[in-house]
Amino acid sequence: MLNASIKQLSAALRAKEISSVELTQSYLDRIVRLNPQLNAYITLNPEVSLAQARAADARLAAGMADPLTGIPVAQKDIFCAKGWLTTCGSKMLHNFVSPYDAHVITQFNNAGAVNLGKTNMDEFAMGSSNETSHYGTVKNPWDRARVPGGSSGGTAAAVAARLCAAATGTDTGGSIRQPAALCGISGLKPTYGVVSRYGMIAFASSLDQAGPMGRSAEDLALLLNTMAGFDERDSTSLQREKEDYARDLNKSLTGLRIGLPKEFFAEGLSGDVAKAVEAAIAEYKKLGAVIVDISLPNTKLSIPVYYVLAPAEASSNLSRFDGVRYGYRAPEYSDLADMYEKSRAQGFGAEVKRRIMIGTYVLSHGYYDAYYLQAQKIRRLIAQDFTAAYKQCDVIMGPTSPSTAFKLGEKGDDPVQMYLSDIYTIAVNLAGLPGMSIPCGFGANDMPVGLQIIGNYFDEARMLNVAHQYQLATDWHSRAPQL
Amino acid sequence: MRPNKRFMIPYRARFDKALNPFMSLSPADVEKVARLARLAMTDQELRAARDQLNNIFGLIAEMQAVDTAGIEPMSHAQDVAQRLREDKVTETNQREAFQAIAPQVENGLYLVPQVIE
Repeated sequence: MLNASIKQLSAALRAKEISSVELTQSYLDRIVRLNPQLNAYITLNPEVSLAQARAADARLAAGMADPLTGIPVAQKDIFCAKGWLTTCGSKMLHNFVSPYDAHVITQFNNAGAVNLGKTNMDEFAMGSSNETSHYGTVKNPWDRARVPGGSSGGTAAAVAARLCAAATGTDTGGSIRQPAALCGISGLKPTYGVVSRYGMIAFASSLDQAGPMGRSAEDLALLLNTMAGFDERDSTSLQREKEDYARDLNKSLTGLRIGLPKEFFAEGLSGDVAKAVEAAIAEYKKLGAVIVDISLPNTKLSIPVYYVLAPAEASSNLSRFDGVRYGYRAPEYSDLADMYEKSRAQGFGAEVKRRIMIGTYVLSHGYYDAYYLQAQKIRRLIAQDFTAAYKQCDVIMGPTSPSTAFKLGEKGDDPVQMYLSDIYTIAVNLAGLPGMSIPCGFGANDMPVGLQIIGNYFDEARMLNVAHQYQLATDWHSRAPQL
Repeated sequence: MRPNKRFMIPYRARFDKALNPFMSLSPADVEKVARLARLAMTDQELRAARDQLNNIFGLIAEMQAVDTAGIEPMSHAQDVAQRLREDKVTETNQREAFQAIAPQVENGLYLVPQVIE
């Protein structure tokens, strides 16, 4: 059962070969056994999970089931879930039991999925290694001395270690794709605006987007069918016709034009990652795809642009944490300003404070034009690079991350080195395009390598088709770590 | 698809402050930013923050050389107009649920240190 796809689990549940309660309990048992080594979950709530499983079994018995009814899905701890501790990986929210559900949570609840638990993450989703979590580092299930990536590192580790059937993530600069790559799973960041941000704790609102993480593209399609949809409570949620993201899974790839940006294969890319990605491209040629050489000339500017825009938006979003209405308040203070300053100083970790400082500075009087406005202008140039590229190709491919999972603590003291590891993912968020990562082999030290597939706006169904056809022809996605 | 030397990015050079005279925060700048951000910081923390911020601004400085004359700033991925809705109450009153998780409340009010003498 642990290696079964959602489609297989759903069929088994309908055929009464297994109940959702049994399935949920078997995952909970496995979590209790393995989570101490991996630290993938922050919060479990077995009674609530099992109650949802019982309700799902009743729904299955009544013949009213959705494809996700009774499937145990873990939720990144960035999504507010009513009655659940929702920490966002921060001491600031160590005691925040959410009074409401995020739209994503509501969508899963309506589908009858079981919330299996809340997964660990970098504090406020700021990090690429899961080392900034207040609740301890997540370990990569393939090698516990290495990072799982971040910020959705708990989710990626949980999916890889078979501690859930599937899970959610969020991606502001690569936080779904990079941990998916480093843990050898599949993850999809949809087009900006496809999944509602309501109840998803905000980091950088013009870039944040939730998406599914799972073991195959086929699973991701089913999850995205549940997650996507218009929500008037998110001012940037897009009003679009409901789509079936699984509709094109079985299309042939003959004639598919794959764009390879030369900037993604330049200096900075590890040889082992390059080799695995090249082998994947060769496989695509066998499947009938044609290769087009393209250029995204402003790629290297995406890092400075991102590290102006994201902290600017974060400094504004995180101003709400003031120790007044919810969350952490310092035990001792002299007056109101002192209460704010001490609560925030004690409640936020080093990386979050660093980004608040950057954001506050770039938005402050006299610097706005030079930093924030200039970054927004270059953001348009970066988006225009993609628009031009899609005149020549259908999808863009390249590595997800320049290297496989690095050692815990390896980049800890040098934020700039950590930021540079997001080079291939950030531009996609700036442009608002959909991007995904699928496993495409193993590099040095037998660590997984991710292939990034970037689609045009709203082209998720095609991307899932492209990924699924590869997963039919190869078996990298079904490899599991020994635990 | 071999690494292409023509697109080498001289990462290290960008962190060298001597090569990036554009940005260097003074201790007073950092203190001011910390105050604006409402973050209490010790002198030692301010010094550490200054070094790290200077490194990060070294990375960011590369942006300044780009010619963006005539380029419209892009604030959002989808250039759509803000949706409007009818001006009517849609949220129900959940004061008790919200105040149950507040650090300090009394008689339905959030308590903070006295502001006015």
